[in-house]
Amino acid sequence: MSLMAEPSATGRFGEFGGRFVPETLVPACEELEAAFRDAWADPTFRADLDYQLRQYAGRPSILTECANLGNHLGIRLLLKREDLNHTGSHKINNVLGQALLAKRMGKKRLVAETGAGQHGVASATAAALLGMECKVYMGAVDVERQALNVFRMKLLGSEVESVQSGSRTLKDAVNEAMRDWVASVETTHYCLGSVMGPHPYPWMVREFHRVVGDEAKQQCQELFGDVPDIVVACVGGGSNAIGIFSGFVDDRTRLVGVEPAGGAAVGRGQPGVVHGMRSYLMQDEYGQVLEAESISAGLDYPGVGPEHSHLASIGRAEYPSVTDEEVITAFQLLARMEGIIPALECAHALAWITREAPNFPGATVLMNLSGRGDKDVAQMMDILAR
Amino acid sequence: MTGVLETALRDKRAAGRKLLVPYVTGGLAGWQDAVRAIAAAGADAIEIGLPFSDPVMDGPVIQLASQMALEGGATPVSILDETRTLDVGIPLAVMCYYNTIHHAGHERFAHQLVTAGIAATLVPDLPLEESAPWCTAADAAGIETVMFAAPTAPDERLPRIAARARGFVYSVGLLGVTGERDQLASTAASLARRLKAITDVPVLIGVGVSNAAQAKQAVQVADGVVMGASVIRRLLDDGADAAGDYIAEVRAAIDG
Repeated sequence: MSLMAEPSATGRFGEFGGRFVPETLVPACEELEAAFRDAWADPTFRADLDYQLRQYAGRPSILTECANLGNHLGIRLLLKREDLNHTGSHKINNVLGQALLAKRMGKKRLVAETGAGQHGVASATAAALLGMECKVYMGAVDVERQALNVFRMKLLGSEVESVQSGSRTLKDAVNEAMRDWVASVETTHYCLGSVMGPHPYPWMVREFHRVVGDEAKQQCQELFGDVPDIVVACVGGGSNAIGIFSGFVDDRTRLVGVEPAGGAAVGRGQPGVVHGMRSYLMQDEYGQVLEAESISAGLDYPGVGPEHSHLASIGRAEYPSVTDEEVITAFQLLARMEGIIPALECAHALAWITREAPNFPGATVLMNLSGRGDKDVAQMMDILAR
Repeated sequence: MTGVLETALRDKRAAGRKLLVPYVTGGLAGWQDAVRAIAAAGADAIEIGLPFSDPVMDGPVIQLASQMALEGGATPVSILDETRTLDVGIPLAVMCYYNTIHHAGHERFAHQLVTAGIAATLVPDLPLEESAPWCTAADAAGIETVMFAAPTAPDERLPRIAARARGFVYSVGLLGVTGERDQLASTAASLARRLKAITDVPVLIGVGVSNAAQAKQAVQVADGVVMGASVIRRLLDDGADAAGDYIAEVRAAIDG
């Protein structure tokens, strides 16, 4: 059996996961689980999703060999180009899946949380495509640092609510989206943006991103007839990492999920329960959730998806962290040497590769370039001007 | 064995009294005075909230109160320490999110509650399916665990919730989070009626019971009401005595 099989009946990956939600949402989670199970086994649904992924999102995404940077680092470096998807990141895979499912369930409205705005933009896009109403919750701090994505969501016809509570970042946007869902559950689907939250979300979102790993594995086979030595991805909630890991988890490949130093749930957290799941969580001595703080809005999350906690606890994947300074350097390095501007989130993965490359000379390293950096250019302009 | 809270509520119900359980956020400035004033004004039990960083079942008023209490340095330990000295003559329950319990450890937290003189807990993000580890520890320590029932529950779910409930069944009045509303939602009476038909455990409506008139309306069907945001708003705006005066007004309305 695969190491990344279906979770247990209670939504557990090992000792992590579960469904810790207000009673009001329990029937909705059960209904969603049943609907997803039914849809995922239905060839018609799979064909509909596959059609949208190809003709709308632009799949399959290509694999790019980075000869310049690879030679510079003394490794073979390959990028899975999720940044080339429609809307500019991997998020569209999950959103098209969930929006089609919501429609199949008869829901007319989506709510979503967003950090950097990538999931919000993807949700707004899917809502526009499928004729659904959409409201996106975004922390006030993120609204400010990702103004471009806020405007994109509005252009796409979605409402964006600036969340003023708590740390005013991603975790508070999740709280507010859940509060909306508690009140609107009969007409609304909560389009959660990562492999987190109550069962079935961590499993369902992983399945919608599995396409990344499946494609990459086939592309590696075609390119060099083997699996890569190392697969690297950034981890906030962990959806792009889980997507690419799913293609290689049962192979010899080393799996590395890179966390920001200021939001290292696996690295610095302890098991805890928030947002419907039991997982590693940054918290104080009384279990109050700590505020994550990093250069990247999309990774500013004090928790992590429960399957990552499981993969870490059984030693199948490792979760090192990198500093903001290392990220800024890596961001510029990819731009200058390869002509690719990465999202700040994925620059975390590259920062780890550039730091650690001397330890694995000649290795074939596959990195998930999960988003493009256009959204971060204004922020980098400020940082580099200092 | 029936616990302290449930015994008290059943006895009062048997005597023909409608039950009133107000909520106070622990750690807020003046919270102990508020508990005393509310007890003196005719509350049958009081819920003390342990503030949490991410209260997903709470609307703006209780979110604000939680944030203020945390910024004031309140912790579960400090609040439980302060609770021990209250001695208000009615059962006290603790409302907390599950991570507070999970982080402390189930047995250890149950022991802390017993030491503080707490009779019961309400854990709004711990549904039936996830409740066993806590309920086992709580049962062993003699702490009652109130269970929530929501308007979204199918009929077959309600008897299972009622069977696990100790103290009372919390009948969630509407689809939504805590906070005041202009009117009592129609779901409040319909769910309470469904619960009354299947259980003998006291049924109290909470979430969205916003003033004395709505409380009176709610107790036409339910055994009583839980009131939170409307109490906290008065405590924040006008202090502990105002919260007590308000509860006296509610008491008079539901007795009348």
